[in-house]
Amino acid sequence: MISLNSADLVALFVAVAEAIEDDKGRLSELDGVIGDGDHGVTMSIGFLAVRKALDGLDAAGEAPTAVFNTAAKSFLGAVGASAGPLYATAFMRAGAAVKDKASIDAAAMADVIAAMAKGVQDRGKAESGEKTMVDAWLPAATAAQAAAGSGSLATVLQAAAVAAAEGAESTRQMVATKGRSANLGERSLGHIDPGAASTALIVATMAKAVESPAE
Amino acid sequence: MPTKKLINDPADVIEEMLEGILAAHPNHLKQLPESRRSIVAVDGPRPGKVGLVIGGGSGHEPTFLGFVGKGLADAAAIGNVFASPPPDPILECAKAASGGTGVLFMYGNYAGDVMNFDMAAEMAAMDDIDVRTVLSTDDVAIEDKARRRGVAGNFFIFKAAGAACDKMLSFDDCERIARKANDHTFTMGVALAPCSLPQTLKPNFELGPDEMEVGMGIHGEPGVFRGPMQTADAVTDQLLDRILAEMQPARGDKVAVLVNSLGATPLMELYLINRRVKQRLDDLGIAIHRTWVGNYCTSMEMAGMSITLHHLDGELTEMLEHPCDCAMFRAG
Repeated sequence: MISLNSADLVALFVAVAEAIEDDKGRLSELDGVIGDGDHGVTMSIGFLAVRKALDGLDAAGEAPTAVFNTAAKSFLGAVGASAGPLYATAFMRAGAAVKDKASIDAAAMADVIAAMAKGVQDRGKAESGEKTMVDAWLPAATAAQAAAGSGSLATVLQAAAVAAAEGAESTRQMVATKGRSANLGERSLGHIDPGAASTALIVATMAKAVESPAE
Repeated sequence: MPTKKLINDPADVIEEMLEGILAAHPNHLKQLPESRRSIVAVDGPRPGKVGLVIGGGSGHEPTFLGFVGKGLADAAAIGNVFASPPPDPILECAKAASGGTGVLFMYGNYAGDVMNFDMAAEMAAMDDIDVRTVLSTDDVAIEDKARRRGVAGNFFIFKAAGAACDKMLSFDDCERIARKANDHTFTMGVALAPCSLPQTLKPNFELGPDEMEVGMGIHGEPGVFRGPMQTADAVTDQLLDRILAEMQPARGDKVAVLVNSLGATPLMELYLINRRVKQRLDDLGIAIHRTWVGNYCTSMEMAGMSITLHHLDGELTEMLEHPCDCAMFRAG
């Protein structure tokens, strides 16, 4: 696959929604250890709403930006929580990054990942190393940008997925200073941040979907 | 083993709860037809009055919507279980509560709530509604004041702000009294057993059979320390020591007391706790103006309780005594 049109992008969201649904139990358990135990549930409710909203969208007649904006609006409206504003902002920024484009190629996808990372960071006001989803998004963005020159969509997303997974894993060694788990201090050590874990899952699912597009 | 809950489809829990609440309290509450997660006082907002919008995740009933009514909050935005509401229902609450002189947003200090309420405040500004925010941070389990959560003390904090609004005080005064009420409210809790989300039916944390966790948050966020179970008096003393160290009361000072169940802990135990609270305060020469004991800020079926002291002065006493009439709480 060289580039994603709006229908491909909708399929990508559906794949992510399915992956979140399959893994929501693990995400909630991660959150139960250092947070309030609702992350998997929240992500599931959000992506089910995205799926439903995208079902009602005539993708062929819309640009990728409209797909991202529909996802942002439906996710935020369904969940609130922390994930709502963070992911909604990420999707809106992604939409802005591909404004006026009919499809998303390797370079545009690198921009999408970078815009999502920046959106999450701006909304949540977290920096690297604070044990949040930023610790997965920022390395994913850097890796995607570095791989953009390859011209391969799969290479960009694969690089982002590897970096996001490593970033999520790195949160295990971090002491939380942002978000609800910040109150735990040292007790947050040794546990992966659930937001970083869901980020890694999302990027990995995107990479996999591009590698073997749904028939 | 999954926990037991009397629910239907877990996805419908909030909507069905709201239906039941509206059926029980039609004289107090109404739902905005276009925004079902916006619950507004039937007899609340009026021209010239500063509006008070509260809100947050569900699962803490009667917090938040139980405190919507004349003399207290004008509207509450309702989130999913333990999750902040999105900006839209908050914005609709702000519009409904607006009497043209400004709207106060009051809610607990949690990252998700702050993001969603701030987005709603930005949207309200575009509709020419002047919004100011007062976060409640009464949970003294946390050392760093900026990071403190809002828990059961919301009861006193919202009460004071609601009274100020109902007395038609200026926006500045309503905000000042709200901040003062927060600065004068101190809560600390203990958890004995977890709760579970309707969607997972799994305990949201684990505690050993003989363990308790002091300082745990109302969503099961880990607290200050875990230790073996202790007697009612010993636990009360630990919580009060921390509260009193923060409050710095002088002999002759006056407080209001809230002994709150997290859901499963029964009144019998709460009254044991309250007995000890009174003993300790008597010893210190602190007068108890009024006491509330019961379920005011719960965490579904979590076992445990919290103690809140509201450090009164003349103005806060006047706010506390001002009448209010809400679906799940009445005073004066």
